[in-house]
Amino acid sequence: MRFLKKLYVNAILLFLYAPIFILMIFSFNASKSRGTWGGFSLKWYEELFKSGDIMQALYYTIIVAILSTIISTALGTFAAIGISEKRGIWKKVLLNLNYLPVVNPDIVTAVSLMALYSMMRLKLGFITILLSHIVFSTPYVVLSVLPKLKSLDPNLAEAALDLGATPFYALRKVIIPEIMPGIITGALLSFTLSIDDFVISFFNTGNGVTNLSIEIFAMARRGVKPTINALSTLMFLTMMVLLIIIYKRDEGGKKLENE
Amino acid sequence: MRKNTFARAYLIWLMIFVAIPLLLIAFYAFTVTETGQVSFSFDNFRRFLNPIYLKVLVRSIELALKSTILCLLLGYPLAYIIARESENRKRIMLLLIVIPMWMNFLLRTYAWSTLLGKNGLINIILGKFGLGPYQLLYTDGAVLLGMVYNFLPFMVLPIYSVLTKMSPRLFEAASDLGATKLETFKRVTFPMSIPGILSGVSMVFIPAMSTFVISNILGGNKYNLIGNVIEQQFRWTGDWHFGSSMSIILMVFILITMAFTNKFGGDMSERGGLF
Amino acid sequence: MNKFYALLLGVILLLVGCGEEKEVLNFYNWGDYIDEDVIDQFEKETGIKVNMDNFETNEDMYIKLSKGGSNYDLATPSDYMIEKMIKEGMLEEIDTNQFKNYSKIDPFFKNLEYDPENKYSVPYLWGTVGIVYNTKEVDDVVDSWDILWKEKYKNNIFMLNSQRDTIGVALKKLGYSMNSRNVNELEEAKEALITQKPLVAAYIGDEMKDAMVAEEAAIAVTWSGEGFVMNHENPNINYIIPKEGSNIWFDSFVILKDAKNKENAMKFIDFLLRPEISAKNVEYIGYSTPVPEALDYVDEEIKNNRIVNPNLDELPELEVFKDPQDIIKEYERIWLEITSAE
Repeated sequence: MRFLKKLYVNAILLFLYAPIFILMIFSFNASKSRGTWGGFSLKWYEELFKSGDIMQALYYTIIVAILSTIISTALGTFAAIGISEKRGIWKKVLLNLNYLPVVNPDIVTAVSLMALYSMMRLKLGFITILLSHIVFSTPYVVLSVLPKLKSLDPNLAEAALDLGATPFYALRKVIIPEIMPGIITGALLSFTLSIDDFVISFFNTGNGVTNLSIEIFAMARRGVKPTINALSTLMFLTMMVLLIIIYKRDEGGKKLENE
Repeated sequence: MRKNTFARAYLIWLMIFVAIPLLLIAFYAFTVTETGQVSFSFDNFRRFLNPIYLKVLVRSIELALKSTILCLLLGYPLAYIIARESENRKRIMLLLIVIPMWMNFLLRTYAWSTLLGKNGLINIILGKFGLGPYQLLYTDGAVLLGMVYNFLPFMVLPIYSVLTKMSPRLFEAASDLGATKLETFKRVTFPMSIPGILSGVSMVFIPAMSTFVISNILGGNKYNLIGNVIEQQFRWTGDWHFGSSMSIILMVFILITMAFTNKFGGDMSERGGLF
Repeated sequence: MNKFYALLLGVILLLVGCGEEKEVLNFYNWGDYIDEDVIDQFEKETGIKVNMDNFETNEDMYIKLSKGGSNYDLATPSDYMIEKMIKEGMLEEIDTNQFKNYSKIDPFFKNLEYDPENKYSVPYLWGTVGIVYNTKEVDDVVDSWDILWKEKYKNNIFMLNSQRDTIGVALKKLGYSMNSRNVNELEEAKEALITQKPLVAAYIGDEMKDAMVAEEAAIAVTWSGEGFVMNHENPNINYIIPKEGSNIWFDSFVILKDAKNKENAMKFIDFLLRPEISAKNVEYIGYSTPVPEALDYVDEEIKNNRIVNPNLDELPELEVFKDPQDIIKEYERIWLEITSAE
């Protein structure tokens, strides 16, 4: 059984990472092709570091992703807590409105937000792209946290209150740790959505604020250069390194605990 | 109390950033512009009742449904396995599942193109065993593969988050009472994970309904999906009225579907809890 | 003490002075459609900072410019979009007498249909639509759009995923104008494309380059610049313009109405018209230049390459796309019917 489990997980991981490896391999391609090998070369990495535009896009992509994740996770978590306590018509209203950015095709969210900002006389730029990311991410946080709240033992909070905790303390020390997996899931989803967004970002940014997806899609007419592969490879390796660091630290911590 | 404030605040946020934009879309949907004049009309909705658009909608539903089911079948076991790992390994595995999603979506899809081509890596490998070359790319299978590839983590994460905090004592209690592993799963684990399943299903089915880039690149753009058609209205044809009406139709369809699913799932989870 | 305050004041004034508005140019361009070295050179020479944003299609650009709350000075739309923008008063007039290098543009690129008096646009790059084919797999003579309808190339043909270009190809094959507004002609084109569909492996966009180079198909429709790159990466691939004629397109500079940095935009355009600069750009991008003198500065290989530098006198009949206006809905309907057919 254990062997089967391992096999299954590894098969899935192979499936998930196969295209990533292709991406990485072709970042070293001497020719511009993304499908035919033309020899080994580091030229795309050179070009990457010379390219101010791509670096700027990377910067904005990360900043917007991190900020929107933090804000939408906080907003979504408290919203979920609020919604879970509600009953009846207001709960339905909240849930359905919350659903809408999830339900709508990206283009509809993009265009409707653009119209909203136009109505509000907001110039398109950093604020509008950040707001837009928070708008489409928060519902996913809510959807991730709500099931955890539903599965929560209702007696837990009561017990805390009975033992003299203030509602805020109960929230902080009892409820939030219990729903933490949901919060983390929500944060991960939020970050993932933000990092890859094109349509909503494109129509709601301006003033030099761009992101990687916009730059990549804009290259669609001409062919996406392997410079982007180089960037993706570096990003991926960075994340893997971070992952290893987290793992080592946790393992180290565990060892200390056991000693 | 405090929680009411949370709900109220979120309501205000939703009003501004979701309700008002929606009203703007509704405005477009229920109006037409003729020679500069804007007037109320149901025409945009009537236009959709053409068999050609309905065919597109049905095709999209089929694809979304298949993708969701596959994601569920593949994703649930994965979520289950991860949820039973040690704390450290859990975190790592979750991140491992999600990190590929942080690579640009278009690039990943292109990479599948490279893998699945007639002269692509998979056919080359199969060739070494004397098999193929097979037409893998520009097929329905390729599109499905691309969809599952893209949406799997969105199914795994919510299910995982519900399964992970299941107390091991629950399983102890169940086995003390004489339940086999299978019975434990059927009567305890599965019903308790239903809220997670529902979340996962929404997070896959709904975007799958309007995704089309995967069908474009891996399917050869031979068939239009409702997502294409809607996006084209806004980004190419310039007919925001029709695009808006289709979005509303799509939205209503999805909301109704999700309402049914939630009710169905709610019933199931209740029944499970009784035993 | 007084000396200290004087120094502080001096420093503050200095900082304020440095914080003065730098000269900028807000440029809206296609993705990867200019050599970044060229921009660097311009910035060094003039001290003007170029802020460039990118768009994917003319239509996207149009939406951002007309509804967006954007503040671009300069953009590079295509012919039919320029026609539309002129009609809608979105462009500033350009006084071409202010350019030093305007005379370097070949007369072939002046007085074009979409801007007959050269009042609103200056050509940037141009190209054509044609057929690429792999000489290893195709032994027939390739000189007509008909080859895309040949049974023997079943599942070995790529068409463009651009509605207009694909419908245009069918119209041309039938002997009609690519800008036809005749519903009967459009229906015929639709039928032709539906007939062709079983032979088509895929309707694709930019992946076509890689796919053709990897020999995933034998024949495809593509743009001249793509054909050039394909031929460069895989010499088996050749690009031709069919005898029935095809599409020629121009991407041109336009200055947007109420642009805040008009002077800088003018300087930039003039800079790009310099033969050495145009040459450098063209070498990077792979499309064609409207400045013949630039060919003196390019690689021999590019200079003699008939794909990207065809003899302007030897080209078959080429049409420029016109602003489709309401016919765009017909294109959309036709495309929907084609993609719905089995």
